[in-house]
Amino acid sequence: MYRESRTGKLLIDILPGKCDFCGCCVGICPEDAIELKEAEISIIDHRCTNCAKCIWSCPVEAIKFNKEGILV
Amino acid sequence: MKDKFDVIVVGAGPAGSMAARFAAEQGVSVLMLEKDRDVGYPVRCGEAISKKGVEEFIQLDEKWIASKISKFSLISPDGTESLIEFGESGYILDRKIFDYELAKSAANCGAQILTRAYVNGLLLEDNVVAGVKYEYQGEQKELKSKIVIGADGVESRIGRWAGLETFTDFRNMECCVQVTASNIKVDSNTLYFYFGKNVAPGGYFWVFPKSGYSANIGLGISGMEGKKRSALYYLNSFMEKNFPDAPILTSVAGGVPSTITLKRISIPGMVLAGDAARQVNPLSGGGISSGMIGGSIAGRIAGESIKMNKPDHILTYEKVS
Ligand SMILES: Cc1cc2nc3c(=O)[nH]c(=O)nc-3n(C[C@H](O)[C@H](O)[C@H](O)COP(=O)(O)OP(=O)(O)OC[C@H]3O[C@@H](n4cnc5c(N)ncnc54)[C@H](O)[C@@H]3O)c2cc1C
Ligand code: SF4
Ligand code: SF4
Repeated sequence: MYRESRTGKLLIDILPGKCDFCGCCVGICPEDAIELKEAEISIIDHRCTNCAKCIWSCPVEAIKFNKEGILV
Repeated sequence: MKDKFDVIVVGAGPAGSMAARFAAEQGVSVLMLEKDRDVGYPVRCGEAISKKGVEEFIQLDEKWIASKISKFSLISPDGTESLIEFGESGYILDRKIFDYELAKSAANCGAQILTRAYVNGLLLEDNVVAGVKYEYQGEQKELKSKIVIGADGVESRIGRWAGLETFTDFRNMECCVQVTASNIKVDSNTLYFYFGKNVAPGGYFWVFPKSGYSANIGLGISGMEGKKRSALYYLNSFMEKNFPDAPILTSVAGGVPSTITLKRISIPGMVLAGDAARQVNPLSGGGISSGMIGGSIAGRIAGESIKMNKPDHILTYEKVS
């Protein structure tokens, strides 16, 4: 699964196939960097600080660290 | 549809529907916006509620009662069971129908409802909330209102857009997974809770019976525990051990903000209600009835504030809720 990083700095990524669109990560993100529609989720690159809190909060392991920033 | 409303409610969960109903009851114009296609679905909830918590807001109806609860069973890590009997004191809801009925009760009082409307920003006038921006059928739109009620659940962002710091510390988020499974041979009047750090560290497993030997089975762990292992990991091990061959009818993820209610839940032009205001019982994680209470107060105060033409009246919400 690939996802272009707009800033080239994004180190985390959401695996859309695993995401249940539950909003847990949105509720904890300190930077308001996650956009969640009915069944569509994305990270707002320029807000994300790669703090990893969303990774720890996702109940279904749908968010991963991605050291290259692009390849998941 | 009108281009201006007295009150716009964001989110059509129990908190939003009660806010819309209690505002509409005051005779002001109300619109409730919901991003999902259906009100009440998907159900991210164990669906347990006390009798008292529900009776205040809606007349009992068998069509949204999945089972009647009179007993609690607490199961310790070594398997010892303690049974506590209460008499009929609560219900497992069928929330898909329940939430729908709540929304209908708001509509019956005059509230308008629009689904598939994703709110993605606020209109501000001189730093006062004056309406919402939303996406509907691929188009970006705006609607003015005198008061916005944010009942947008655990993922609430409305408060933040208005300048309140409303995100939940990840350590206080109960990160949940739940399945609704069938062939679960448990007593249909008992709520089962399993404890233990290998079962659900810092939380508990619930098995809440629904009709016909199906049950909601799930757990929540804090984001701190999630650093080590996910809720999904614990669910899979629990199911394998206890109900290995149970057919799974639904599986959902979800979050419960298990903190005390936010310090500030109203500012000029906007109030928050339900999970958005963290109106959740931090011990049990129950938020349906507290959300309905918070929503009803928010709606009533919003309606009063408009009728009296006193915008500051909504700031009294913090004192009563
Ligand atoms: C796994 C799990 C089990 C639970 N079990 C129980 C239980 O047994 N008993 C209990 O009392 N509580 C339980 N809870 C908590 C309970 O589900 C919530 O407290 C309750 O649903 C809160 O109601 P609400 O109206 O505040 O929010 P919600 O019911 O979450 O409704 C919010 C609505 O807002 C919509 N929305 C969000 N953002 C936007 C936007 N930008 N634009 C438009 N619409 C938007 C959402 O789609 C949603 O429909 C559980 C929670 C979870 C996750
Ligand atoms: S890494 Fe941190 S800032 Fe980035 S989306 Fe996740 S929680 Fe938000
Ligand atoms: S917490 Fe996980 S499952 Fe829930 S919306 Fe975020 S990425 Fe998706």
